[in-house]
Amino acid sequence: MAIPRIRFDQITKSYGSLRVIDGLSLDIAKGEFISLLGPSGSGKTTLLMILAGFESATGGGVWLDGKRIDHLPPYRRDMGVVFQNYALFPHMTVADNIAFPLQMRGVRKAEIAERVKRALDMVQLGAMSERYPAQLSGGQQQRIALARALVFEPAVVLMDEPLGALDKQLREQMQLDIRKLHMRLGLTVVFVTHDQSEALTMSDRIAVFNKGIIEQIGTPREIYDHPATRFVAEFIGETNLIEGTVERVEADMATVRLAGGSEIRVQAGTAATTSAKVLVSVRPERIHLGPDAGERGNALRSTVVDSVYQGDHLRVQLDDGAHGFIVRSDRRTAEWPQGAAVVASFQPEDCWVIAS
Amino acid sequence: MLKTLQVLFGAAAVFFLIVPLIAILPLAFTSGAFLTYPMPGISMRWFNELVTADAWRRSIVNSLVIGCGTTMLATVLGTTAALGLRGRVVLGGLFRTMFLLPMVVPAVVLGVGMQILFVRLGVANSYLGVIAAHTVVAIPFVVVSVSGSLEGIDRRVERAALSLGASPFTVLQRVTLPLAMPGIASGAVLAFATSLDEVVLTLFVAGPNQRTLARQMFSTIRENISPAIAAAAFLFIVGTLLAAAAAIVLKKQRQRRTGLA
Ligand SMILES: Nc1ncnc2c1ncn2[C@@H]1O[C@H](COP(=O)(O)OP(=O)(O)O)[C@@H](O)[C@H]1O
Ligand SMILES: [Mg+2]
Repeated sequence: MAIPRIRFDQITKSYGSLRVIDGLSLDIAKGEFISLLGPSGSGKTTLLMILAGFESATGGGVWLDGKRIDHLPPYRRDMGVVFQNYALFPHMTVADNIAFPLQMRGVRKAEIAERVKRALDMVQLGAMSERYPAQLSGGQQQRIALARALVFEPAVVLMDEPLGALDKQLREQMQLDIRKLHMRLGLTVVFVTHDQSEALTMSDRIAVFNKGIIEQIGTPREIYDHPATRFVAEFIGETNLIEGTVERVEADMATVRLAGGSEIRVQAGTAATTSAKVLVSVRPERIHLGPDAGERGNALRSTVVDSVYQGDHLRVQLDDGAHGFIVRSDRRTAEWPQGAAVVASFQPEDCWVIAS
Repeated sequence: MLKTLQVLFGAAAVFFLIVPLIAILPLAFTSGAFLTYPMPGISMRWFNELVTADAWRRSIVNSLVIGCGTTMLATVLGTTAALGLRGRVVLGGLFRTMFLLPMVVPAVVLGVGMQILFVRLGVANSYLGVIAAHTVVAIPFVVVSVSGSLEGIDRRVERAALSLGASPFTVLQRVTLPLAMPGIASGAVLAFATSLDEVVLTLFVAGPNQRTLARQMFSTIRENISPAIAAAAFLFIVGTLLAAAAAIVLKKQRQRRTGLA
């Protein structure tokens, strides 16, 4: 296997008695876009700062292209960092901001001018070169910070919640822009976010952080469809977790007896061993509501507790006597008044088993 | 009612503060030989006296030399101290207090101590001695002023510079100091004003060759009450106002451009 661009090996970081990162190992390939996703305080920024050289790990090592870099100060690490608040130099013009890393590397004047211009064009702010950061909007400042972090073609680009301060529309635009740049320039990007939809949109792989460890690492699809733990299932998107006991395992399918007494068929993940206590995860958009189960393998007779109009879908709350469910229902099919009896049905392929 | 009282009280306080200035300044333009009203006529003779009479002229030059020396020394040392005291430093509180001590220690006490020390060091009655003495009392102003503007600098901006390849020294040069410049500049203005106006320490450590303008005014007012004092005071105030105005204009310009406070 090729040498990873970045390797974290058994990284530990403690502040006094508080262990913020706990024996974390992670390889990041060249050209990969990886997101560190987790709730606030889970250690994402700390890991990024260890990588950038602003914090030193209490234990473990960091490698860049096979060379250990723990001892290198930040200015010798060749990493472009985009901070959450942009951290532009307020006393320099946009052009000078972008020229800064090139000046630090002794690039010739004429070449600097040309590369600054190219970087500005790349983020579509060519007209702003003589402005000061304070004269730009948040989104424009964000792009300048991006241009400044990319202009010197660093080995890795680190971004710490770079879009957190932008409004929704701009954020989505920037997500696509960054993703495009990543693909066009073949950048290796480590992207910190606490926004799961952002991570799903942008990443090649997502590392889900919880209390200083990585709960799961995988492609957005793997993380969303096959969460390894309850934490991941609940943190990524919305899901229904139903308690049950595995009755039988047959090849790649299993039968689970739910607490309410009914049985459902599920995909047999690694967690499904006979008589194991498990949680079955079913995404709200995978559940169908109707008078009967139709062709779908699993059915639960339920009562509508509440139904909320959400524009593109109806959010229906159900109760089958033992469990509550959330269902995202197509709003064109039918309205579901409170108290109505309904059959909630779903495919065995949409049921994922997690050890409880 | 309360509002009126407030305004009246404020006006009274301002009046109390500036009435000595209003009283003395017109006398700078008297044509008479005494520092009294009524003025017999208007003339510039006392300004003329300031620049021609040897004692006055030398004292003005001395004040400028010592003021500039003090400004440079105090600004460099005070800025360095403020940089060192930045953030969490071991015993930082203690050091900070020490740097501010000259503000509260009685000048006479400092003066006596300095005189003894300077004689030992062989710098008594020298420009170096006076500049050193003035620097001690000017440093606190620089420390306070620079610390204030350092506090306003976002550390992430400096981190960004580091990550972009700047060594810590380059970061200081290209990012930290430029961003702290308003504080450094106003610290320098304050240091200059402190030196200009310092009398007590000067009495202790200066020899006859280092008579400053303030010192000269002090002895003149006791020997012969000449309107030259009023003219000197006028110069003082104009000089101070100009320095302050320059600082404000610079700050405004920068603010308009960069949005920095
Ligand atoms: N300098 C520090 N001193 C003490 N605790 C810190 C320091 N920096 C971060 N922490 C703690 O480390 C934990 C992880 O922080 P952080 O990496 O910023 O989390 P995230 O970026 O995932 O929100 C938090 O509990 C935070 O309080
Ligand atoms: Mg963070």
